[in-house]
Amino acid sequence: MNYNWNWRIFFDAEPGGSGIYLQYLFAGLAWTLAAALCAWVIALAVGAVVGTLRTTPLKWVARLGDAYVELFRNVPLLVQMFLWYFVLPELLPATLGDAIKQMPPPWGSFVPAVLCLGIYTSVRIAEQVRAGIQSLPRGQGWAGLALGLTLPQTYRHVILPMTFRIILPPLTSEFMNIIKNSSVALTIGLMELTARARAMQEFSFQVFEAFTAATIIYLFTNLIIVLSMRAVEKKVRVPGFIAAASAPQAGH
Amino acid sequence: MFTGFDFDVIERSLPYLFKEGMAFTVTLTAMAMAGGVIFGTLLAMMRLSSHTALALAAGGYVNLMRSVPLVLVIFWFYFLVPWIGGWLIGAKQPIGVGAFWSSVITFTMFEAAYYCEIMRAGIQSIPSGQASAGYALGLDYWQTMARIVLPQAFRNMIPVLLTQTVILFQDTSLVYVLSISDFLGAASKVANRDGRLVEMYLFAALVYFIVSFAASAYVRRLQTRLAVIR
Repeated sequence: MNYNWNWRIFFDAEPGGSGIYLQYLFAGLAWTLAAALCAWVIALAVGAVVGTLRTTPLKWVARLGDAYVELFRNVPLLVQMFLWYFVLPELLPATLGDAIKQMPPPWGSFVPAVLCLGIYTSVRIAEQVRAGIQSLPRGQGWAGLALGLTLPQTYRHVILPMTFRIILPPLTSEFMNIIKNSSVALTIGLMELTARARAMQEFSFQVFEAFTAATIIYLFTNLIIVLSMRAVEKKVRVPGFIAAASAPQAGH
Repeated sequence: MFTGFDFDVIERSLPYLFKEGMAFTVTLTAMAMAGGVIFGTLLAMMRLSSHTALALAAGGYVNLMRSVPLVLVIFWFYFLVPWIGGWLIGAKQPIGVGAFWSSVITFTMFEAAYYCEIMRAGIQSIPSGQASAGYALGLDYWQTMARIVLPQAFRNMIPVLLTQTVILFQDTSLVYVLSISDFLGAASKVANRDGRLVEMYLFAALVYFIVSFAASAYVRRLQTRLAVIR
């Protein structure tokens, strides 16, 4: 029983005609990063708003935020991916739905994937933002209000700047999660890194070389993010506040 | 919005969806949880061991698993397990493992990395004086672990372990990439056969939501109960 190793396969041309396999995989990494970054913008914006709303004194607004979080946290990412890709265009008005369905590849799967990843991650960011706000001493908000700031101003100038500096480490791991989760988009046809590793395996039958390369590329991407974020974290750390990174948490 | 909805297709396929699909999903979740917690606890003990080689090996394994996407891990094991199995029994060719056992092994190995981090925190939450007391009484390492440290560590970590299991339950839907008929796979097959994507995927989302929501609500209740007793 012998497996025929052939590491030179990366320099062979891939059948799609875009160049050698190595280029093919790195183009996949580019799609992975593009999807992750676009989704990250959505996730950060929506997550910050929802997380903030969940801490406001208005009960019904906080409830609404809770409902949003529960809804998107309790449905698997893959099912959400299918909902955005297959179901949403059918439920929208016919003209809009058809326009979405007729988007040329790869945008037809890229846009739903970005929306899905963005909303899915926004829930997790909302949780971090809420926890961050609640970890601040309450006196900070009261001090803002006592100085005559309105509630939105207090959030904008006092609470949120502190919160984001505190929750930067968990946000870093959410960003690494969004890169990993973007691989689920292969189920709706986005040719990102994992999808291309699988395609390469199907074309060339060099299973383990293809997956080894993808694994190494993911590891290096993670390493670069961790190292650069560690430098940023060091710069913006608030003296005296330690993020609760050591608390055990479930995740994936 | 629901005009033209065919609720009948859901009713017709209920036996298939639950007796085959959900049964597979639940079995896979249960087996991967059991295997993952056992293997994860062993990994945690290795990571905390004073043998540097053991600690490094376990740490490397955990970090590797946690830095690659689950989909890629599923592909890895799907192709790797037949080769390793063939090598273990000395066969001439990679052996056929089958989709079920392949996914059980994959999820056990993958989730073990996550359970390991939880159990490591659990073991570290027990004051080291308790282990020292065990040694002072003449117990060896395994006895101290099995009788003193681990029971308390498990108890402290039950809520987090269960939350991780809810995530595992959702993650099992990814076996879809191997064309397995788990709950989502079954729903997807009916959806494509009858051309009823909207109904089937919305129904699948609803079922996953109900199960996960109920489980998380139960975990939250358990958490307050455990916290009060302690």
